[in-house]
Order: sequence, then C-alpha cells, then structure tokens
Amino acid sequence: MSQLSPRKRYEQQERRRSLLIATASLLSVCAALYYFVPKAPGWDAVKRSFFNWPILEKTFPTLLKAFLWDIAIFAWSLPLIMVLALAIALCRNVRKPALFPLRVFGALYTDIFRGVPIILLVYLIGFGVPGLGLSRPWNSPYLWGTVTLVLTYSAYVAEVLRSGIESVHKSQRAASESLGLSEADTMRYVILPQAIRRQVPAMMNFVIALQKDVALLSFIGPVELLRQANVYKSLMANFTPYVGAAIIFLCVTIPATRYADYLLAKQRSVRT
Amino acid sequence: MKSRLLPLLISAVAAATLLATAPAFAANECSAGKTLNSDRLTVATGNPAYPPWVMNDAPESGEGFESAVAFAVAERMGFDKSSVDWVRTSFDEAIQPGEKNFDFNLQQYSIKPERLEVVDFSEVYYTTTMAVVVREGTAAADTAATASSLKKLKFGAAAGTSSQPFLEKVLQPEQATLLYDDNADVVAAITANQIDAIVFDLPSALFVSAVQLEGGKLIGQFPVENNEAPDNFGLLMAKGNPLKECVDEAIKSLHEDGTFKDLEATWLADATGAPVIDMDK
Repeated sequence: MSQLSPRKRYEQQERRRSLLIATASLLSVCAALYYFVPKAPGWDAVKRSFFNWPILEKTFPTLLKAFLWDIAIFAWSLPLIMVLALAIALCRNVRKPALFPLRVFGALYTDIFRGVPIILLVYLIGFGVPGLGLSRPWNSPYLWGTVTLVLTYSAYVAEVLRSGIESVHKSQRAASESLGLSEADTMRYVILPQAIRRQVPAMMNFVIALQKDVALLSFIGPVELLRQANVYKSLMANFTPYVGAAIIFLCVTIPATRYADYLLAKQRSVRT
Repeated sequence: MKSRLLPLLISAVAAATLLATAPAFAANECSAGKTLNSDRLTVATGNPAYPPWVMNDAPESGEGFESAVAFAVAERMGFDKSSVDWVRTSFDEAIQPGEKNFDFNLQQYSIKPERLEVVDFSEVYYTTTMAVVVREGTAAADTAATASSLKKLKFGAAAGTSSQPFLEKVLQPEQATLLYDDNADVVAAITANQIDAIVFDLPSALFVSAVQLEGGKLIGQFPVENNEAPDNFGLLMAKGNPLKECVDEAIKSLHEDGTFKDLEATWLADATGAPVIDMDK
C-alpha cells in the first residue's frame, strides 16, 4: 500500500467512492420498488395473475420440456441460415459482368425477405406450400417453418456478411491478385476470414433474435414453449405461465447477450 | 369554419339535453347502478366472433346464438335492445387483472375451477360436448366412430379451447396434437393435410364441417356422460361483479321458460344426427 503514489491513492479512493455510490443508489431503487409497488391498489390482483407461485410450480416442468422444441428448431436452423446467408452475400459480391443476374437475385432476395413481415411468411410457407398437395411427412409444419426462418434470417445475416466483405480494404484484393491467387481463392483465403471475424458480434444479435423468433412457428402447429404457455394461460386464466416462459428464455438470451458484448469489447480493444 | 360548426354544436347540445332528460327506463331493480355505464349494459364478445355464435361478425344484429342469448339476458335485466353496447375483447383482455370494459363477456367460455380464481362466471347458458371433424377424400374420412380408431389419427385444435385438455385427458391420441391460434388456422392446417382430424365443441364442429371446411365431415360427438364433457358455457364477469346475481337470475328464468331452448333451435344446427362416439378402451 505504502508504495502507491499519491495520485494512485487518490484514484483508488475515487473508484471506491463511486462504487459505494453506485451500490447505494441501486439498492435504494430496488428498495423503493419493493416497498411502493405492493402498495398499489391493484397489486394483489396483478400478483395473482402474473406472479402466482403455485401455478408456476405446476406448469414449469412442462414448459421446460416444450422448450426442447425451441432448442431443436434453433439448432438445426442456425447452420442452414449461415450457409444460405454466405451464398447470398457472395451472390451480391460477384464481379464478373456475365454473373450480373446473380447480383440482381441477391439484391432482390434481401429486399424481399427483409421487407415482408415474418409472420406472413410463416403462414404463407407453413400453410401455403403444404397446401399445394404435399403428403406427409413432406408437409410437416416443422419443415416449412424452418424453411421460413432460414429464408428470413439468411437475408439479414447476408447483409451483415456483405458489409463485412466490403469492409475489407481493396488493397487486399489487389495484393492477393498480384500474388497470383484466383478470384475464388482471394475470397476464400483472404477476404472471408477477415470479413466473418469482423462481423461475429453483429451476427450474435441475430442469433439472439432467432432464439426468440423460433416461437413464431407455434402459429402453424408446433407446441413449443410459447404455445404451451399460451395453453396454460387460457386453461387457468392466468398469465404466470408466460412469466415462466420468459424466465426460460432469459436463462438463454442473457448469457448470449453478455457473450456478444464481450466479443464486441474484445474487438474494440484489439482495434485501438 | 365557425359558421359551419355552430349549427352542429347547437344540435349536439340539444341532443345531449334531450338524452339527459329522457326517462331512465333501462335497468330493473336488481341491475340498477351495477353496470359499467348507468342504464346501459356493455357486452363483450370475441374479435372476430364466429358463427354460429355470432353471424357475420355483427353481434349488434342479434343474429347468432350468443348474440341472441346476450340480448335475451339483457332484456330480463331490464335493458332493451337499444340499451346494449357491444365491445370486442380478446381472451387475454377478459382475464387481465384490473378494470374491465364490459359488464359481461361471452365467447364460448367454459366454466373451469382454475378460471374461477381470477374471474366470475354466470350460471350455465349452454352445455355442449366435443366432436371430431375430418375431411372427405382423406384416409381419415373412413375412421370408425370409436375411441380406439380415432386415437390413431393426428389431431389439431385451437389452442386455449377445451379441445386440447379434452384430447389430453380423454382421447389420448398416439401422435402429438398440433395447436393453432383460432378456428381459421386449424381449418387451414387440415386443408394442407398437416392434421387428420380436429376437435371442436359440437356446434362449432357442425358449422365448420358444413360451411368453413370444404369437404368437412363430422365423424361423431363424444358422449355427454364422459367425465371431461359436458362443456359448460358461462358469461364471464370481473371477479366479484355485483351484477352476477342479476345475470344468474335472468339466465335461470330463461332456462325455465324455454327461451334458451328456442334460441338453440333457431341458431344451432340440429345435432341429433351426429353419431355418438364409442368410448371403448
């Protein structure tokens, strides 16, 4: 302690002081909420409808089981999204004049699938395509629901990848060309590794959003977490099952968000 | 601008005075002062409201079973047709804690003990059972009306209705049931051949199979003696609504004098033709 310079000592004091103030402020806000919210005249009714412990206890195990569907749909959708997004991003980046139609296709694709509300696509593809006369199991809502998610999300992720590709400086292309690399090899070995690494934090946002949007598939039949909560809500005329669903979602999204923040911070510190 | 508004204003004031001085003949002794708006009864139904419960999504017309029931109950409570206001609520709005924007709400609410913790229900105004609908031309169309053969089908139902708990507790199909937001979506799913059969309450099943679903076929209704059926419909009210006793009284008298039977005969399809499903297990 004694070897600290006066300045260091002062800084340490300041740090302690601000930590103390932050803690006190946080605690007093929590205490005020804890004290005043239950004083509201309707609190008992709200508590009964939203924070009903016996109902949560009764429904939580089934909700957790229904969440397995969300995980499964998420798990098989994510790799497909990444592959298709990469393909679309590459389409938008082709330089050969003869391949210009690919560029048009890429642009149209991202415009359409980012512009149309995802819920419309869920219905259109989830009911519409099987309605054309496909037989089981090829008309499964899981299959066509996944197709919808992949189509929509790959449009968003493709744009992220494209901006990553464009962020790689021109000189890199020129340099690899002068080394004799083909255009495909330049993309594969020089541009993409940098582009993807740079865009990982931005893509994490879509990964988190996808975790929640998986629940949209419940519109076309699958009884996943949100639908199961919805069933309990109607059955018991109580919103507590939704709180249960929120807790489950948060257990996954909060760590994922923090991880994305961590990646962003790491990237920033590398750049500066 | 001013000159155009003035006559309007005058007539509005005149109308207001007229309304204020008009004798209040709405509301009988029981219901007086207990409604949301004095001398008016506010009734809620679904958005959209489906036939045969409400025809053409127009409850004000009095056409459709529940619309007619609401007006009959209102009349017993001393509200003529012009003193009834209609609002629309979703299921969730009806069960949310806090003030309600209706005196009572009817959209085929089944009376369930769990629900009674948060809302009140009137006496039963209609009792029905569950029924199974399939589509002509599919393999499921020839299924026998027995529990053991129905179990093999892939079922769909509207989430949040009594159909799903009924399937789970009574029929226990071999494949997982798919659930949808509303009747329209269930019909879309069976049209896309994603499910073999749908479970509805009997009047909805009769209507869907006759009108909404092309080639719809009613396989049968479940026996009313079954433990989960019958499905009892009640008017939903805010917990502790003082109007409940008046509503109950009105419903009782409508049962006694046969009004409800007449309304059923007018608006609900005759279900006597629907075969009763054999619960062999």
